[in-house]
Amino acid sequence: MTAPTTGTLEAPTTTGVRGGRRHRSRIRDLLGVVPFFVYVAVFLFIPTIVVVVGAFAGDDGRPTLENISALADDYIVEAFVRSITLSAVTAILGAVIGALVAYAVVTAGPDSLVRRLVTSACGVLAQFGGVTLAFAFIATIGFSGFVTVFLKDSLGIDIFSGGMWLFDLPGLVLVYTYFQIPLMVIVFLPALDGVRPQWREATESLGGSTFYYWRRVAAPLLAPAFIGSTLLLFANAFSAYATAAALVSQGSPIVPLQIRSALTSEVLLGRENLGKAMALGMVLVVALVMWLYGLLQRRTSRWLD
Amino acid sequence: MAGLRKRRARRQQALRWVVVTLFAVLFLLPLIAMFEFTTRDGWDTWRVFFNWKALGETYPILWTGMKASFWLVLLSVALTLVLLVPTVVWVRLRLPRLRRVVEFVSLLPLTVPAVVLVVGLAPVYAWVVYFVGGSSVTLFLAYTVLALPFAYRAIDAGLSAIDVRTLSEAARSLGSSWATVMWRVVLPNIRSAVLSAAFLTVALVLGEFTIASLLNRDNIQVAINQLGKSSATMSVAVSLAALVLAFALLFLLSFAGRRRNRERKTS
Amino acid sequence: MTSSGVRLEALRRQFGNVHALDGLDLDMAPGELVALLGPSGCGKTTALRILAGLEDSDSGRIIVGGKDIANVPANKRGMGMVFQAYSLFPHLTAIENVEFGLRLRKQNAAARRKRAQDMLDLVGIGAHASRFPQQLSGGQQQRVALARALAFEPEVLLLDEPLSALDAKVRVQLREEIRRIQLEVGTTTLFVTHDQEEALAIADRVGVMRAGQLEQIGSPEDIYRTPATPFVAEFVGLSNRLAGRVTGDVVEVLDTKLPLVAGASVHDGPATALVRPESVDVTADADGTGRVVAVSFLGPLARVTVALPGDAVVVAQLASARLAEMPPGTAVRVVLRPVPVVVSAA
Repeated sequence: MTAPTTGTLEAPTTTGVRGGRRHRSRIRDLLGVVPFFVYVAVFLFIPTIVVVVGAFAGDDGRPTLENISALADDYIVEAFVRSITLSAVTAILGAVIGALVAYAVVTAGPDSLVRRLVTSACGVLAQFGGVTLAFAFIATIGFSGFVTVFLKDSLGIDIFSGGMWLFDLPGLVLVYTYFQIPLMVIVFLPALDGVRPQWREATESLGGSTFYYWRRVAAPLLAPAFIGSTLLLFANAFSAYATAAALVSQGSPIVPLQIRSALTSEVLLGRENLGKAMALGMVLVVALVMWLYGLLQRRTSRWLD
Repeated sequence: MAGLRKRRARRQQALRWVVVTLFAVLFLLPLIAMFEFTTRDGWDTWRVFFNWKALGETYPILWTGMKASFWLVLLSVALTLVLLVPTVVWVRLRLPRLRRVVEFVSLLPLTVPAVVLVVGLAPVYAWVVYFVGGSSVTLFLAYTVLALPFAYRAIDAGLSAIDVRTLSEAARSLGSSWATVMWRVVLPNIRSAVLSAAFLTVALVLGEFTIASLLNRDNIQVAINQLGKSSATMSVAVSLAALVLAFALLFLLSFAGRRRNRERKTS
Repeated sequence: MTSSGVRLEALRRQFGNVHALDGLDLDMAPGELVALLGPSGCGKTTALRILAGLEDSDSGRIIVGGKDIANVPANKRGMGMVFQAYSLFPHLTAIENVEFGLRLRKQNAAARRKRAQDMLDLVGIGAHASRFPQQLSGGQQQRVALARALAFEPEVLLLDEPLSALDAKVRVQLREEIRRIQLEVGTTTLFVTHDQEEALAIADRVGVMRAGQLEQIGSPEDIYRTPATPFVAEFVGLSNRLAGRVTGDVVEVLDTKLPLVAGASVHDGPATALVRPESVDVTADADGTGRVVAVSFLGPLARVTVALPGDAVVVAQLASARLAEMPPGTAVRVVLRPVPVVVSAA
């Protein structure tokens, strides 16, 4: 056993030594990223695996397709349809109005007070919202809210004559739009910043009117960013939970609330993993949307950086 | 003179004011409504709100929630930065081939809604409880996942603005250790990026409700929500205070980044 | 192709309390290439943008082809413009960019495509017609921009520092190309630049601007050889600033009497003369009062820096072949050639 060992020791090729050192430093380099990947494995990968595996497992742990086929139940399908409708409607409303606000802000210049105020306000509403926004709306147009009372007392209009819609899907559309607009402003501003004044001036010197510029230059250039932002808004609304949870206490019109009831109620016998199946469904929808968003984002950064 | 340009600039300005004014009204209306709502029956709500001792005694849940959120903010920011900054810098310097992987993994939580994550986190937290106990503060382990995409983007943008490789090669050739490179050379140059990553994490943790609520832990948002069932005025008052505070912080931050740059240029 | 003359009369433009243009007058003959040269902030770009209709003037007249166009919006002026950089539409290919102006003029597709291809061939990148701007180098992008500006046969071509974002070598190559094409199509052209070498190389006439006014306008040779003011002398080409004394129409510098540039009005007494390096001759001479402190080799020519008694330093330009006789440290004699010079008050 000793002979081959001494043999290799006696004939160390230079590449062998350098290769060994490189190999060792390579391992040392890799050690640097171990904490990150360990953490991510425990708190992101394992939960995701739990969801995926659980979606295909029965209560006894044996593989089954029951949970997945239960996704076809009427009330779950309806929840998905409502969730997607809510997300799509608020994404489009938010995108159109938000783009307009973003354009108005961009004309004010990058360091202006208006821009700072608007972006700060948008940051709060878009990312901080959640429960606080729900209460803001209860105070504004709730049963005894500021606007509700004002309309009833001074104008004789009862906005709830058709029922208490604030705590149902129409209310969610309103409140979601309220945080979608600011999110659009935040994600669309960089694209608008990337539009160079030279393009407009070039269009003019070539003989194009303002309308022609918007139709032939600005619109096609901004289209990928606009559609991408709309997709991001869709994903944002689709994933949102807090506002709905605080606002809707009766019934579970949308998927996140269905997952809540699947998690909290223990009466659904044999359906423990149904929540995981719904969660998997949500991930698939969001992943698809985010993948499309990524594609459009790549195009945007090529044009507007 | 005709002033064709001036006329266009004026049109643009008019549009800007109309839109921004509308936006301001829509933004302020709920805030005003909240204020009116909390003062409709006198100033008692605010008197209690600013008397922290009384606040803690009257609404113990609020006090627990605030305390939990305070620690959650600190620990989440610390973990996010400690985990992300060295990794991202290290990958840029020594493992460029892993860059796409780290980016992909960091952005992955964007495709996993919090409500989905919480479903899978339940068993993981069973272990957390087994090892370190069931305190609400342990939520920072989950919150860091939520913060990864935002913090990654901020830090990555900051690193893209400087040439880390050349900077570190220069520092290495002058005799620095890797630790010195990181601490004395790279960090000072991405200070504002790190600051904005930290701030995004703060905002996210302060606003987080989903995971805390579904794992039956306490934080400020859970407290506000529970309070809403017993004392609507106080929950609205706390919401208002939170929104105003967040706005003030963000507004101040919009100045901080630029001022730092100017200082560096003149010094 | 018919090309129009351009006349700017008493143009004024104020930004806040800065006079970007302070009564600018400029005449351009049909087919002429005029370069506006000056330091940044002298108003040259403002002048070009007012002519293009991209900026308002406060007062003054803009006459193109005999018509006052001050009230004509930019998109009806029919001026081709090339910007500093990044003006190509990134979502269109090179040829689609060139077609843009033709499409606006309702040309049919076939004629449009042919004209655009011809223009791309003219600027030398016909082979890259279907590339997108981000797939082209900076120099190639500017070629496309030039083709786009010329495709619809503009009355006037405006070039706003089109070369300043490019590498030195590409810059020289492209400026020669611009001149060739301009002579070929014969479009009246205004070329704005801060690079004196560029202006002198390309223009029929060069206008040197300062603080919103024309300081001097003339052929490149006039501007270089007989600068009208110290500002022009210093801005265009290198000059030695040498202390001297004016008597009548002569200035005495380094014991040599030099004639003053015609039209200069200076009082007798001490003054600073601006002497071109090529008007200075240096010969190795053991009894000379100067001492070579540095030499720089510039290919066929070389510059020699000489220290003179009393802290004066003078730079001379000579044939490189003569460098061998005067390494640094050599004692030399300095002689000024008797060509007219400009002086400024000392």
